[in-house]
Amino acid sequence: MLAPGTPHSHMFPGSLKKQTLREATMSDSIYLDEARDPLIIAEAWMKDGKDVAIATVVETWGSAPRPVGSHLVIDADGNFHGSVSGGCVEGAVVTEAVDVIGSGKARMLEFGVADETAWQVGLSCGGRIKVYVERLG
Amino acid sequence: MDPYALKMLNAERRARRAAILVTDVGDGRDRVVREGDNVAGDLGVAIAKAFRSGISGSVEAEGRTFFLNAHLPRPRLVVIGAVHISQALAPMARIAGYPLEIIDPRTAFATSDRFPDVALHADWPQDVLERQPLDAYTALAAVTHDPKIDDFALKAALDANCFYVGALGSRKTHAKRVERLLALGASADQIARIHAPIGLDIGAASPAEIAVAILAQTIHAFRSRGLEAKGAVA
Repeated sequence: MLAPGTPHSHMFPGSLKKQTLREATMSDSIYLDEARDPLIIAEAWMKDGKDVAIATVVETWGSAPRPVGSHLVIDADGNFHGSVSGGCVEGAVVTEAVDVIGSGKARMLEFGVADETAWQVGLSCGGRIKVYVERLG
Repeated sequence: MDPYALKMLNAERRARRAAILVTDVGDGRDRVVREGDNVAGDLGVAIAKAFRSGISGSVEAEGRTFFLNAHLPRPRLVVIGAVHISQALAPMARIAGYPLEIIDPRTAFATSDRFPDVALHADWPQDVLERQPLDAYTALAAVTHDPKIDDFALKAALDANCFYVGALGSRKTHAKRVERLLALGASADQIARIHAPIGLDIGAASPAEIAVAILAQTIHAFRSRGLEAKGAVA
Protein backbone atom coordinates (compact mmCIF):
# COMPACT_ATOMS: atom_id res chain seq x y z
CA MET A 1 0.00 0.00 0.00
CA LEU A 2 0.89 3.59 -0.14
CA ALA A 3 3.17 4.95 2.48
CA PRO A 4 3.85 8.63 2.06
CA GLY A 5 7.30 9.54 3.20
CA THR A 6 8.62 6.13 2.31
CA PRO A 7 10.54 5.93 -0.93
CA HIS A 8 9.57 3.12 -3.29
CA SER A 9 6.16 2.62 -1.81
CA HIS A 10 3.67 1.23 -4.31
CA MET A 11 1.18 3.29 -6.18
CA PHE A 12 -2.49 3.12 -5.43
CA PRO A 13 -3.77 1.49 -8.61
CA GLY A 14 -7.48 2.12 -8.05
CA SER A 15 -7.28 5.86 -8.55
CA LEU A 16 -5.29 5.90 -11.77
CA LYS A 17 -7.95 6.09 -14.45
CA LYS A 18 -9.76 9.14 -13.15
CA GLN A 19 -7.54 11.83 -14.57
CA THR A 20 -5.41 10.43 -17.35
CA LEU A 21 -7.89 11.15 -20.14
CA ARG A 22 -8.32 14.76 -19.18
CA GLU A 23 -4.61 15.34 -18.87
CA ALA A 24 -4.07 13.96 -22.35
CA THR A 25 -6.17 16.69 -23.94
CA MET A 26 -3.78 19.56 -24.50
CA SER A 27 -5.18 22.99 -25.06
CA ASP A 28 -3.84 25.31 -27.72
CA SER A 29 -5.09 28.39 -25.92
CA ILE A 30 -2.58 30.99 -24.81
CA TYR A 31 -4.87 32.10 -21.98
CA LEU A 32 -5.37 30.39 -18.63
CA ASP A 33 -8.02 27.71 -18.63
CA GLU A 34 -9.64 29.24 -15.55
CA ALA A 35 -12.23 26.49 -15.14
CA ARG A 36 -9.48 23.91 -14.72
CA ASP A 37 -6.50 25.84 -13.42
CA PRO A 38 -5.75 24.57 -9.88
CA LEU A 39 -4.39 27.88 -8.55
CA ILE A 40 -7.35 29.84 -9.89
CA ILE A 41 -9.69 27.30 -8.30
CA ALA A 42 -7.78 27.53 -4.99
CA GLU A 43 -8.26 31.30 -5.00
CA ALA A 44 -11.97 30.93 -5.71
CA TRP A 45 -12.35 28.38 -2.90
CA MET A 46 -10.55 30.75 -0.55
CA LYS A 47 -12.96 33.55 -1.49
CA ASP A 48 -15.84 31.17 -0.72
CA GLY A 49 -14.42 30.81 2.79
CA LYS A 50 -13.16 27.26 2.32
CA ASP A 51 -10.03 25.87 3.92
CA VAL A 52 -7.60 24.87 1.19
CA ALA A 53 -4.33 22.97 0.83
CA ILE A 54 -1.99 23.22 -2.13
CA ALA A 55 0.20 20.28 -3.17
CA THR A 56 3.13 20.90 -5.50
CA VAL A 57 5.48 18.48 -7.25
CA VAL A 58 8.91 19.76 -6.17
CA GLU A 59 11.14 16.99 -7.44
CA THR A 60 10.94 14.01 -9.78
CA TRP A 61 13.28 11.13 -10.55
CA GLY A 62 12.95 8.91 -13.58
CA SER A 63 9.96 9.28 -15.84
CA ALA A 64 7.39 10.95 -13.60
CA PRO A 65 4.01 11.57 -15.21
CA ARG A 66 3.67 15.22 -14.15
CA PRO A 67 6.45 17.81 -14.27
CA VAL A 68 7.95 19.69 -11.34
CA GLY A 69 5.70 22.61 -10.45
CA SER A 70 2.40 20.77 -11.08
CA HIS A 71 -0.36 21.38 -8.55
CA LEU A 72 -3.17 19.55 -6.86
CA VAL A 73 -5.47 21.72 -4.74
CA ILE A 74 -7.62 20.20 -2.03
CA ASP A 75 -10.37 21.50 0.25
CA ALA A 76 -11.18 20.32 3.77
CA ASP A 77 -13.90 17.99 2.44
CA GLY A 78 -11.42 16.21 0.19
CA ASN A 79 -12.56 17.82 -3.08
CA PHE A 80 -9.62 18.32 -5.40
CA HIS A 81 -8.52 19.74 -8.76
CA GLY A 82 -5.36 19.34 -10.80
CA SER A 83 -2.87 16.50 -10.54
CA VAL A 84 0.57 15.67 -9.25
CA SER A 85 0.94 12.24 -10.82
CA GLY A 86 -1.74 11.79 -13.44
CA GLY A 87 -3.81 9.82 -10.97
CA CYS A 88 -1.34 7.45 -9.24
CA VAL A 89 -0.93 9.02 -5.81
CA GLU A 90 -3.69 11.65 -5.70
CA GLY A 91 -5.71 9.59 -3.21
CA ALA A 92 -2.87 9.60 -0.69
CA VAL A 93 -2.04 13.27 -1.24
CA VAL A 94 -5.67 14.25 -0.61
CA THR A 95 -5.67 12.34 2.69
CA GLU A 96 -2.45 14.02 3.79
CA ALA A 97 -3.72 17.41 2.63
CA VAL A 98 -6.83 17.18 4.80
CA ASP A 99 -4.48 16.61 7.79
CA VAL A 100 -2.35 19.57 6.73
CA ILE A 101 -5.46 21.78 6.58
CA GLY A 102 -6.21 20.70 10.16
CA SER A 103 -2.73 21.17 11.58
CA GLY A 104 -1.49 24.05 9.41
CA LYS A 105 1.89 22.32 9.26
CA ALA A 106 3.34 21.75 5.79
CA ARG A 107 4.56 18.26 4.83
CA MET A 108 6.96 16.88 2.29
CA LEU A 109 5.74 13.57 0.84
CA GLU A 110 7.74 11.17 -1.25
CA PHE A 111 6.28 8.50 -3.47
CA GLY A 112 8.05 5.73 -5.26
CA VAL A 113 6.44 3.85 -8.05
CA ALA A 114 7.32 0.20 -8.40
CA ASP A 115 7.82 -0.86 -12.00
CA GLU A 116 5.66 -3.97 -11.94
CA THR A 117 2.76 -2.08 -10.40
CA ALA A 118 3.18 0.69 -12.91
CA TRP A 119 3.07 -1.81 -15.73
CA GLN A 120 -0.08 -3.43 -14.36
CA VAL A 121 -2.00 -0.18 -14.39
CA GLY A 122 -0.70 0.87 -17.76
CA LEU A 123 1.80 3.51 -16.75
CA SER A 124 5.33 3.02 -18.04
CA CYS A 125 6.65 5.23 -15.34
CA GLY A 126 8.75 3.67 -12.60
CA GLY A 127 9.73 7.10 -11.29
CA ARG A 128 9.67 8.79 -7.92
CA ILE A 129 8.13 12.10 -6.96
CA LYS A 130 8.38 14.49 -4.03
CA VAL A 131 5.29 16.53 -3.20
CA TYR A 132 5.13 19.56 -0.91
CA VAL A 133 1.75 19.98 0.78
CA GLU A 134 0.91 23.26 2.51
CA ARG A 135 -2.15 25.03 3.78
CA LEU A 136 -3.33 28.18 2.04
CA GLY A 137 -3.20 30.91 4.68
CA MET B 1 0.99 29.51 0.87
CA ASP B 2 0.32 33.12 1.66
CA PRO B 3 -3.16 34.05 0.32
CA TYR B 4 -1.82 37.40 -0.83
CA ALA B 5 0.95 35.63 -2.78
CA LEU B 6 -1.62 33.40 -4.46
CA LYS B 7 -3.75 36.39 -5.48
CA MET B 8 -0.74 38.23 -6.83
CA LEU B 9 0.52 35.16 -8.68
CA ASN B 10 -2.86 34.54 -10.30
CA ALA B 11 -3.16 38.21 -11.28
CA GLU B 12 0.20 38.02 -13.05
CA ARG B 13 -0.73 34.77 -14.77
CA ARG B 14 -4.08 36.15 -15.95
CA ALA B 15 -2.31 39.19 -17.43
CA ARG B 16 0.16 36.95 -19.30
CA ARG B 17 3.14 38.21 -17.29
CA ALA B 18 5.88 35.91 -16.00
CA ALA B 19 6.19 35.34 -12.25
CA ILE B 20 8.00 32.94 -9.95
CA LEU B 21 6.68 31.77 -6.60
CA VAL B 22 9.69 31.41 -4.30
CA THR B 23 9.00 29.13 -1.33
CA ASP B 24 11.40 28.54 1.54
CA VAL B 25 10.61 24.85 2.11
CA GLY B 26 12.22 25.06 5.56
CA ASP B 27 9.74 27.51 7.09
CA GLY B 28 7.07 27.59 4.37
CA ARG B 29 7.36 31.34 3.74
CA ASP B 30 6.79 32.38 0.15
CA ARG B 31 6.78 35.40 -2.11
CA VAL B 32 6.11 36.26 -5.72
CA VAL B 33 8.96 37.58 -7.85
CA ARG B 34 7.99 39.28 -11.10
CA GLU B 35 10.16 39.37 -14.18
CA GLY B 36 12.51 42.33 -13.84
CA ASP B 37 12.34 42.44 -10.02
CA ASN B 38 15.82 42.65 -8.56
CA VAL B 39 16.87 39.71 -6.35
CA ALA B 40 20.44 39.63 -5.06
CA GLY B 41 22.91 36.79 -4.69
CA ASP B 42 22.77 33.13 -5.69
CA LEU B 43 19.00 33.13 -5.35
CA GLY B 44 18.79 35.99 -7.85
CA VAL B 45 20.95 34.08 -10.33
CA ALA B 46 18.75 30.99 -9.99
CA ILE B 47 15.60 33.10 -10.40
CA ALA B 48 16.95 34.74 -13.58
CA LYS B 49 17.72 31.30 -14.97
CA ALA B 50 14.22 30.03 -14.14
CA PHE B 51 12.65 33.02 -15.91
CA ARG B 52 14.58 32.17 -19.05
CA SER B 53 14.04 28.42 -19.06
CA GLY B 54 10.59 28.32 -17.47
CA ILE B 55 11.79 25.25 -15.56
CA SER B 56 10.81 24.94 -11.89
CA GLY B 57 13.08 23.38 -9.31
CA SER B 58 14.82 23.59 -5.95
CA VAL B 59 17.86 25.71 -5.24
CA GLU B 60 20.20 26.00 -2.25
CA ALA B 61 21.06 29.58 -1.35
CA GLU B 62 22.10 31.37 1.83
CA GLY B 63 22.06 28.03 3.64
CA ARG B 64 18.38 27.48 2.87
CA THR B 65 16.41 25.44 0.35
CA PHE B 66 14.03 27.32 -1.90
CA PHE B 67 11.55 25.92 -4.37
CA LEU B 68 11.12 28.11 -7.46
CA ASN B 69 7.88 27.55 -9.30
CA ALA B 70 8.22 29.35 -12.62
CA HIS B 71 4.98 30.50 -14.22
CA LEU B 72 5.67 31.71 -17.74
CA PRO B 73 2.88 32.75 -20.09
CA ARG B 74 2.58 30.47 -23.05
CA PRO B 75 4.47 32.04 -25.95
CA ARG B 76 2.53 32.56 -29.14
CA LEU B 77 3.39 33.50 -32.67
CA VAL B 78 1.38 36.02 -34.68
CA VAL B 79 2.04 35.92 -38.41
CA ILE B 80 1.01 38.79 -40.64
CA GLY B 81 0.34 37.24 -44.04
CA ALA B 82 -1.54 34.12 -45.09
CA VAL B 83 1.16 33.19 -47.57
CA HIS B 84 3.04 30.06 -48.60
CA ILE B 85 5.60 30.46 -45.78
CA SER B 86 2.79 30.65 -43.21
CA GLN B 87 1.24 27.44 -44.54
CA ALA B 88 4.47 25.62 -43.66
CA LEU B 89 5.03 27.57 -40.45
CA ALA B 90 1.61 26.85 -38.95
CA PRO B 91 2.02 23.09 -38.34
CA MET B 92 5.71 23.43 -37.39
CA ALA B 93 5.05 26.14 -34.79
CA ARG B 94 2.23 24.13 -33.31
CA ILE B 95 4.44 21.06 -32.91
CA ALA B 96 7.18 23.18 -31.31
CA GLY B 97 4.67 24.46 -28.72
CA TYR B 98 4.10 27.95 -30.10
CA PRO B 99 0.40 28.38 -30.90
CA LEU B 100 0.12 30.44 -34.05
CA GLU B 101 -2.37 32.96 -35.39
CA ILE B 102 -2.46 34.38 -38.87
CA ILE B 103 -3.74 37.81 -39.82
CA ASP B 104 -4.28 38.85 -43.43
CA PRO B 105 -7.04 41.13 -44.72
CA ARG B 106 -6.78 39.65 -48.22
CA THR B 107 -9.65 37.20 -48.22
CA ALA B 108 -8.26 35.36 -51.22
CA PHE B 109 -5.23 34.40 -49.10
CA ALA B 110 -6.82 33.94 -45.69
CA THR B 111 -9.04 30.95 -46.39
CA SER B 112 -9.64 27.94 -44.19
CA ASP B 113 -8.97 25.72 -47.22
CA ARG B 114 -5.40 26.97 -47.30
CA PHE B 115 -5.11 27.00 -43.49
CA PRO B 116 -7.04 24.12 -41.94
CA ASP B 117 -7.00 24.06 -38.10
CA VAL B 118 -5.28 27.45 -37.83
CA ALA B 119 -6.55 30.53 -35.99
CA LEU B 120 -7.06 32.76 -39.00
CA HIS B 121 -8.20 36.39 -39.08
CA ALA B 122 -9.25 37.68 -42.52
CA ASP B 123 -9.06 41.20 -41.22
CA TRP B 124 -6.67 44.15 -40.95
CA PRO B 125 -3.98 43.86 -38.25
CA GLN B 126 -5.20 47.16 -36.74
CA ASP B 127 -8.61 45.61 -36.03
CA VAL B 128 -7.41 42.21 -34.82
CA LEU B 129 -4.67 43.59 -32.58
CA GLU B 130 -7.06 46.04 -30.99
CA ARG B 131 -9.19 43.10 -29.87
CA GLN B 132 -6.22 40.89 -28.95
CA PRO B 133 -3.25 43.07 -28.06
CA LEU B 134 0.30 41.89 -28.53
CA ASP B 135 2.48 41.35 -25.45
CA ALA B 136 6.02 40.47 -24.36
CA TYR B 137 5.28 36.74 -24.73
CA THR B 138 4.20 37.12 -28.33
CA ALA B 139 6.40 36.84 -31.39
CA LEU B 140 5.42 38.65 -34.56
CA ALA B 141 6.53 37.74 -38.06
CA ALA B 142 5.45 40.02 -40.90
CA VAL B 143 5.64 38.21 -44.20
CA THR B 144 3.20 39.87 -46.61
CA HIS B 145 5.77 42.15 -48.30
CA ASP B 146 2.99 44.74 -48.36
CA PRO B 147 3.66 47.87 -46.26
CA LYS B 148 -0.06 48.58 -46.02
CA ILE B 149 -0.46 45.33 -44.07
CA ASP B 150 2.93 44.79 -42.39
CA ASP B 151 3.92 48.23 -41.14
CA PHE B 152 1.21 48.84 -38.57
CA ALA B 153 1.73 45.38 -37.07
CA LEU B 154 5.50 45.85 -36.88
CA LYS B 155 5.12 49.16 -35.07
CA ALA B 156 2.59 47.60 -32.67
CA ALA B 157 4.96 44.68 -32.00
CA LEU B 158 7.82 47.03 -31.15
CA ASP B 159 5.59 49.08 -28.85
CA ALA B 160 4.31 45.93 -27.08
CA ASN B 161 7.89 44.73 -26.60
CA CYS B 162 7.22 41.45 -28.38
CA PHE B 163 10.05 39.00 -27.63
CA TYR B 164 10.59 38.53 -31.35
CA VAL B 165 9.88 40.79 -34.31
CA GLY B 166 10.80 39.63 -37.80
CA ALA B 167 10.06 41.07 -41.22
CA LEU B 168 10.41 39.42 -44.60
CA GLY B 169 12.31 41.26 -47.29
CA SER B 170 15.76 41.96 -48.63
CA ARG B 171 18.11 44.48 -47.05
CA LYS B 172 17.02 47.01 -49.67
CA THR B 173 13.34 46.43 -48.88
CA HIS B 174 14.13 46.71 -45.19
CA ALA B 175 15.97 50.02 -45.63
CA LYS B 176 12.79 51.50 -47.09
CA ARG B 177 10.77 49.93 -44.27
CA VAL B 178 13.04 51.56 -41.69
CA GLU B 179 12.25 54.98 -43.21
CA ARG B 180 8.53 54.30 -43.01
CA LEU B 181 8.70 53.04 -39.40
CA LEU B 182 10.67 56.13 -38.38
CA ALA B 183 7.92 58.21 -39.96
CA LEU B 184 5.38 56.25 -37.89
CA GLY B 185 7.27 57.30 -34.76
CA ALA B 186 9.34 54.19 -34.00
CA SER B 187 12.75 54.92 -32.47
CA ALA B 188 16.01 53.74 -34.02
CA ASP B 189 16.58 51.44 -31.01
CA GLN B 190 13.20 49.87 -31.48
CA ILE B 191 13.75 49.35 -35.18
CA ALA B 192 17.10 47.69 -34.48
CA ARG B 193 15.19 44.90 -32.75
CA ILE B 194 13.58 43.81 -36.03
CA HIS B 195 15.10 40.68 -37.53
CA ALA B 196 15.43 41.47 -41.23
CA PRO B 197 16.07 39.67 -43.44
CA ILE B 198 13.86 37.31 -41.44
CA GLY B 199 14.99 33.97 -40.04
CA LEU B 200 18.26 32.37 -38.94
CA ASP B 201 20.77 32.29 -41.74
CA ILE B 202 20.56 28.62 -42.74
CA GLY B 203 20.57 29.34 -46.46
CA ALA B 204 16.81 28.73 -46.63
CA ALA B 205 15.61 28.59 -50.25
CA SER B 206 12.01 27.35 -50.23
CA PRO B 207 9.00 28.72 -48.32
CA ALA B 208 9.13 25.71 -45.97
CA GLU B 209 12.83 26.25 -45.29
CA ILE B 210 12.20 29.93 -44.57
CA ALA B 211 9.52 28.78 -42.12
CA VAL B 212 12.12 26.62 -40.34
CA ALA B 213 14.49 29.61 -40.19
CA ILE B 214 11.74 31.85 -38.72
CA LEU B 215 10.72 29.26 -36.14
CA ALA B 216 14.32 28.64 -35.09
CA GLN B 217 14.92 32.38 -34.70
CA THR B 218 11.72 32.70 -32.68
CA ILE B 219 12.78 29.91 -30.30
CA HIS B 220 16.24 31.42 -29.95
CA ALA B 221 14.74 34.81 -29.14
CA PHE B 222 12.43 33.23 -26.56
CA ARG B 223 15.12 31.22 -24.81
CA SER B 224 17.57 34.12 -24.65
CA ARG B 225 15.08 36.71 -23.37
CA GLY B 226 16.70 39.33 -21.17
CA LEU B 227 20.26 38.31 -22.01
CA GLU B 228 20.88 41.34 -24.25
CA ALA B 229 19.90 43.76 -21.52
CA LYS B 230 21.73 42.22 -18.57
CA GLY B 231 24.86 40.95 -20.29
CA ALA B 232 25.93 37.34 -19.85
CA VAL B 233 24.16 35.79 -16.89
CA ALA B 234 25.42 32.35 -15.95
